[in-house]
Amino acid sequence: MAKVIIPTPLRKFTSNLGTIDTNGGTVKENIGSLAEQFPDLKKHIFDENGDIRKFVRIYLGDEDINVLEKENTKVLQDSVISIIPAIAGGSN
Amino acid sequence: MKPVSFSKAELERYSRHLIIPEFNIEGQRRLKNAKVLVVGTGGLGSPLLLYLTAAGVGTIGILDFDVVDDSNLQRQVLFSVDDVGKPKVEAAKKRLERLNSHVNFQVYNTMLTSKNALEIIKEYDLVADGTDNFPTRYLVNDACVILGKPNVYGSIFRFEGQVSVFNYKSGPHYRDLFPTPPPPGLVPSCAEGGVIGVLPGIIGSLQANEVLKILSGIGETLSGRLFLFDALTFETRTLKIHKNPETPEIKELIDYDQFCGLNLNGKANKEDVKEITVEELKALRDSKEDVQLIDVREAYEYDICNLEGELIPLGRILDSFEKIASNKKVIVYCRSGARSATAITQLERKYGFDNLYNLKGGVLAWADRIDTSMAKY
Repeated sequence: MAKVIIPTPLRKFTSNLGTIDTNGGTVKENIGSLAEQFPDLKKHIFDENGDIRKFVRIYLGDEDINVLEKENTKVLQDSVISIIPAIAGGSN
Repeated sequence: MKPVSFSKAELERYSRHLIIPEFNIEGQRRLKNAKVLVVGTGGLGSPLLLYLTAAGVGTIGILDFDVVDDSNLQRQVLFSVDDVGKPKVEAAKKRLERLNSHVNFQVYNTMLTSKNALEIIKEYDLVADGTDNFPTRYLVNDACVILGKPNVYGSIFRFEGQVSVFNYKSGPHYRDLFPTPPPPGLVPSCAEGGVIGVLPGIIGSLQANEVLKILSGIGETLSGRLFLFDALTFETRTLKIHKNPETPEIKELIDYDQFCGLNLNGKANKEDVKEITVEELKALRDSKEDVQLIDVREAYEYDICNLEGELIPLGRILDSFEKIASNKKVIVYCRSGARSATAITQLERKYGFDNLYNLKGGVLAWADRIDTSMAKY
């Protein structure tokens, strides 16, 4: 079972859970498994066409899946997938 | 590089730098010769400015348009109680001059805009970004790319921080990581989402460390890497960032509010909603007219202060439409009026409500103009 690390801004859609165990052989299947468990999360990660939104980056370990095989990147049992959103806070 | 000399007082002051073999007096010369612009003097700007000043960066630009507020003091350690109500850049300069008289400060009591950004940033060797909103983040990035300046980036939200170095030695920049901003409302600002007070101290200090490394030329910077810190779990990650061949070339600055889906008032880009002022609401309540009040903030905000409205957080507003009256005036409010405008737009679009009024300025305006005993946050 792979692990997905949920960033703070999206934790309101995962009952405040920071990591979720997911199933699947690819990144897309694992993120899909995540979205099944937390349906409210889906629209914040995927657009209307089912593609990953541009303000969200998905990493496998320390590597951007865009330089691997994108959503078809293979996921192992002990893989860690990170969802990285843009955040902007800093001043006020 | 200009020849740089140090007085006895400076040599003694910086001695702990001078005796680091790889830093030594050459590193200190580079700092003294350098010009750094810090954009934003808030949570990230505070540690940035304090450490860059203490370390002896020769010229430091301080840019902010705001005044010091009581709610800043929980994390903006540059400021004191006496500074509340004063322009941040003035209060910052006064404090920093007491910290190091060998530093030259330039203050800009203004918002960074597409009109002034290139003019201001071109005077500097490097920019440290401590802003708090997406339009300014993209503006700082694009201006740095156009001018070829490194951008030392830090960003925070609640317990989570990000640090990187963009546009350094042909490395990736912010748009390579995030080509487009999230839609308005998805990621709340610190003013709406909150931030643990120590976190900007940690992230801003890491930015200051990257600035000193770039200026002195030592170590390996975070260029091409994104550092993530979760203060709650104490987990850290360092991820790789690559240049994205699909990132369009940045040739000129654009309208960044529009790019981020905001109009000039910083409000979500949507058809205008009907508004009511706090004075008008007060009159309505005094007249005992039957109106419904809906509070679209979160429960923990409601506990700080409220107008006794029915609490339906924005995220649940569409699912709770049956609780909202359609046969009388409904006043929707939040902290500042932004989320309530979003709630009204969503309800009007999906269910066709035409009796919803946004409380202009939210509970903040009520606390300012109607009930000054009410706590602001």
